[in-house]
Amino acid sequence: MSTAAAAPGSNYLTNGSSVSSWLLTKDHKRIALLYLLSVTFFFFIGGIFALLIRLELLTPQGDLLQADTYNKVFTMHGQVMVFFFLIPVVPAVLGNFLVPIMIGAKDLAFPRINLLSWYLYIVAGILMLWTLALGGVDTGWTFYTPLSSQFSRTNVVMAAVAVFINGFSSIFTGLNFIVTIHRMRAPGMTWNRLPLFIWAHYATSVIMVLGTPVIAITLLLVGFERMFHLGIFDPALGGDPLLFQHLFWFYSHPAVYIMILPSMGIVSELIACFSRKRIFGYSAVALSSIGIAVIGFLVWAHHMFVAGISLYAALVFSFLTYFVGVPSAIKVFNWTATMYKGAVTLTTPMIYAIGFLGLFTIGGLTGLFLAALGLDVHVTDTYFVVAHFHYVMVGGVVMAYLGGIHFWWPKITGRMYPEFWGKLSAMIGFVGFNLTFFPQFIVGYLGMPRRYWMYAPEFQVWNVLSTAGATVLAVGYLMPLVYLTWSLRYGPVVGDNPWGAVGLEWMTTSPPPTENFLEPPVVTWEAYDYEHIKEVPVAY
Amino acid sequence: MPTSEIAGSHDLALRHQFVNQEQQRDASSMGMWLFLVTEVMFFGGMFTAYLIYRHANPAAFMAGSLALSVEYGAFNTVVLIGSSLTMALAVRCAQLGQRKALVGWLIGTILLGATFLGVKAVEYHEKWENHHVPGPTFNFDTAKEESTKDHPEAQASSKSVEMYFSLYFAMTGMHALHMIIGIGLMSVLTWMSWRGTFGRDYFAPIEYAGLYWHFVDLVWIYLFPLLYLIGRRHTF
Repeated sequence: MSTAAAAPGSNYLTNGSSVSSWLLTKDHKRIALLYLLSVTFFFFIGGIFALLIRLELLTPQGDLLQADTYNKVFTMHGQVMVFFFLIPVVPAVLGNFLVPIMIGAKDLAFPRINLLSWYLYIVAGILMLWTLALGGVDTGWTFYTPLSSQFSRTNVVMAAVAVFINGFSSIFTGLNFIVTIHRMRAPGMTWNRLPLFIWAHYATSVIMVLGTPVIAITLLLVGFERMFHLGIFDPALGGDPLLFQHLFWFYSHPAVYIMILPSMGIVSELIACFSRKRIFGYSAVALSSIGIAVIGFLVWAHHMFVAGISLYAALVFSFLTYFVGVPSAIKVFNWTATMYKGAVTLTTPMIYAIGFLGLFTIGGLTGLFLAALGLDVHVTDTYFVVAHFHYVMVGGVVMAYLGGIHFWWPKITGRMYPEFWGKLSAMIGFVGFNLTFFPQFIVGYLGMPRRYWMYAPEFQVWNVLSTAGATVLAVGYLMPLVYLTWSLRYGPVVGDNPWGAVGLEWMTTSPPPTENFLEPPVVTWEAYDYEHIKEVPVAY
Repeated sequence: MPTSEIAGSHDLALRHQFVNQEQQRDASSMGMWLFLVTEVMFFGGMFTAYLIYRHANPAAFMAGSLALSVEYGAFNTVVLIGSSLTMALAVRCAQLGQRKALVGWLIGTILLGATFLGVKAVEYHEKWENHHVPGPTFNFDTAKEESTKDHPEAQASSKSVEMYFSLYFAMTGMHALHMIIGIGLMSVLTWMSWRGTFGRDYFAPIEYAGLYWHFVDLVWIYLFPLLYLIGRRHTF
């Protein structure tokens, strides 16, 4: 076995330093770090496209990019960010690292399949970069037919293959998590004692396993249509482009929950730890994750209210979309109630978590605006929608992810990041984010359509604000890259549990040994038992 | 699927991440069933398309179906059910530790699978000759085709029959791809069985390959009536 008992005092980072000990590792923690590097890379690729979009929109006329290039730029921004950053970021990095440790297991159930997931991700990523090098794709990240199947002259097939392969990476991660959480919990780690991070990842994995195969076959059919003239979505043969939209959103709406649910799991951990209280309404928060996963599969057609679906179908989907707001609201209220009368300390992770609460609430509430049929007709395909989903997917997911990275950084690396710079970057990110995307709500409501390289001059002031905000946001995102890298060498070495947090991951060493625990843990306490543990001095 | 990774003697068969054999068995069996769930969702997308388009254009589907050879389809159905039997017997022999019989039944399964694909290839070829493959060469006039000209209920535009054949090729093509993957899997397992990898206390990979094979068989059990037997009752 490659993971023969490591020498005393060695940890997963020091257990082998050759290139093959990393590239052929079956250790979930090392695979998590491989993912950390690769998703960060794709985040900055996607970020460059975002910057190009914002620069072009600084002025009403097309001066930096023209229509064709602009179409490709926003498409590649969407495809890279959605499929190569937002979907894998939390499960594949923090989930991979923490799921086995948090339930007291030595590894995921299928370590080789876990490594295979990363390789599939890399193969898909290389194909996506190759697509970029060949000039990109101009269909929008949604691959809508018949544009994608018949009219686009760009490399749609290659991009679709990249997303298809990446989908298998996602499926295998989800499958691995479900089996691990079902079968590998330590003695005493009952379902009611699971950290909410685990519940959130369980719900996410269910969506990954059930939803991803549907987009796989959908994109395959688009590819068949382009390559072999099988006209499944071809209106000339009686095919219905609406069917494509239904199948696409059957995955891609739940995919939003693939992104946000693990982030919610992170926020539950952070808020409980830095309020030093058991999470308020544990069961409600746990079950609301499952609720989101289930109801999230029944709302997809709210992306199609103006696409010509029947009014009665639209009414049902509108109602269900309101309904999916309920479990999300349960979470937000319970987090708030946890902080109420808690001993709140404003550390960097907590600032990120509170930032998440603010941004996710705005994103979630504007989602209810969009669920309303009448209002949706007015704002469909405007910047209002763009602002809404960025508040959830970027404001929500990235804030929580960065909060989680800071929180578990001493566990992952054994060293603490610089707190001052951490707080600063969290606040700069929050301000920059709002400055970027709040003006888009306004300009969208005023009627500025998305996906155009030029716009009416009266919208310029809002776009200038937005571009200025994007610059601030970029600083907020680049800072952690710098000081976290710095801390790898110069950060102070802190103990196994610098936050005085509960949870099995804090009971092993920092960084953990290859087999996660020197003694197999037995759990005899409830989750988030902050009231009953001895007061542990908090490092910061 | 942990096929090759568990190769080796029985003592080493417990992987390091598991506490005991029972946990390992439960985990790998659950993983396999979950994988089959993803397969159901994968084919589900095409069955949804089938449902909607057949509902929208029943005559075209009847016309396309009548143009298929029900003899080939029925023969292949029997072949596949037979291969599921040989697969089940292979699992049985693996459980009993009968090495030679195991190898024999696996080879039998491979041969039946290959027979299925051979017949499928002949069918595809005939479709190509008759210009029934979607694309620029497609040509299907329900009023003139031998199979449909006497069926007033199966008169439809050439374009809408092309949709039927698009689905036919997508669905049977994806099914055939799964068969090819299955045959590849069986070949590896046959070789491993020949070397004596499996025995009474270790046969999980055979079992899971069997689950996969039965699943692919089951997909065909749905495809055969849905694609070949529409409107056949009128001919009797």
